Amino acid sequence: MAGSQNPEVKLLGAWASPYVARARIALHLKEVQYEFLEEKFGAKSELLLKSNPVHKKIPVLIHDGKPVCESMIIVQYIDDVWVSSGPALMPTDLYERAMHRFWTIYIDDKFIPSLFGMMTSPTEEAKAEAKEQTMTSLQLLEEAFGKISKGKPFFGGDTIGYLDIALGSFLGWMKAFEEMNSPKLLDKTKTPLLCAWAENFCNNEAAAAVLPETAKLVEFATVTQTRFKYAPPAK
Amino acid sequence: MVASAAVRLFGMWASPAVRRVEWALKLKGIEYEYIEEDLSNKSSSLLEFNPINKQVPVLVHNCNPIVESLVILEYIDETWKDNPILPVDPLERAKARFWATFVDVKCREESRKAFFMEGEEKEKAIENLQVQLKALDEELEGKKFFSGDHIGYTDLAVGWMTFWLGVAEEAAGFKANYDVKFPNFSRWIKDFLAEPVIKDNLPPREKTVEFFRAFKQLGSCTKVNQK
Repeated sequence: MAGSQNPEVKLLGAWASPYVARARIALHLKEVQYEFLEEKFGAKSELLLKSNPVHKKIPVLIHDGKPVCESMIIVQYIDDVWVSSGPALMPTDLYERAMHRFWTIYIDDKFIPSLFGMMTSPTEEAKAEAKEQTMTSLQLLEEAFGKISKGKPFFGGDTIGYLDIALGSFLGWMKAFEEMNSPKLLDKTKTPLLCAWAENFCNNEAAAAVLPETAKLVEFATVTQTRFKYAPPAK
Repeated sequence: MVASAAVRLFGMWASPAVRRVEWALKLKGIEYEYIEEDLSNKSSSLLEFNPINKQVPVLVHNCNPIVESLVILEYIDETWKDNPILPVDPLERAKARFWATFVDVKCREESRKAFFMEGEEKEKAIENLQVQLKALDEELEGKKFFSGDHIGYTDLAVGWMTFWLGVAEEAAGFKANYDVKFPNFSRWIKDFLAEPVIKDNLPPREKTVEFFRAFKQLGSCTKVNQK
């Protein structure tokens, strides 16, 4: 709970996971000191299996010994607990909160599967379909950004918010895919607002501290290519 | 009762996601206008309010549309503060959201496979569903409802399993056997269905079974057109 003497904050994660990046960016924005416990790729620690027995997936936030699972649930938790530190991640307007939540579900259900599907689907046909879905999603997100940001740099307005974190945590992988011959994802002619937003996001101190370098992600993807399944590694 | 002519709900009679929203509105005593949609011939209003998914439920409040039933539930809870459905404590809120997402993503996926598929794939889906039901059963240990003594967000989220899972079982000829294997979950189903707001707001069973049977016969492998 906020205000506890020396509250213990640990995050189980992996450097390459965009879902883990969501939790880390939120912790950085809220200036929360935490211990990062890196899981080995391909193996799950006892602590992970004990803390998230239902999904056995990262990220898991452990706060005062109690686990919180699922990346965006962790982000909301961080916003609820460290309420007087750093910017508010959720907007105060109730309808805007619903918009942030809706688009986050859209990103998780539609955008991310098609984004990874472009690179990892088993057939060329499936890859082409995933590409089409990805580009459609980006167009919808471009329009959503126009409405939600109201001319400000982020979905959250002047500061990074819940929806910025949901999407921005995937910018590392989006850049890596562009280097690995995927089609150009953010395009100044088709998605100018998202291009500007992406630059602002990546330049933000919290995001810059967390998002892995593109070259490292490309290397990771190449090395793990044979083990790279369609389903993203964590949620 | 909180009268509000500004609240409209676009729905479909057989949809569990729509009922979930209605349960929340009724628990809070919110008056609303209900608009029944023919999903094979969607109204221009529905398409205008939800161009992205074109699905029900859509809640329209003060001309603002809100889509996705769990998002709608949180919006309702934040807007009308009487009879809260989400807990106040951040950790309890995180747990409530965790179980809601678990049921909506994982349990629904396995139920869908058990419903549409046959043979080995069907058997595997039923097995997976039972693992999930076991987790829900354990979560209910020592509690009347997921949310404690009264029904809340998690109960409303898991609520589709009290009625529509049984309907799917009957329509598609499978049994998840929770009445035998999972005593807490079975007891919770009875208690949930006995709540006035719930028992007075369920679709007619036979008609729903027929609807699901027809839906299965369409042979479609896409998700039911609601969320």
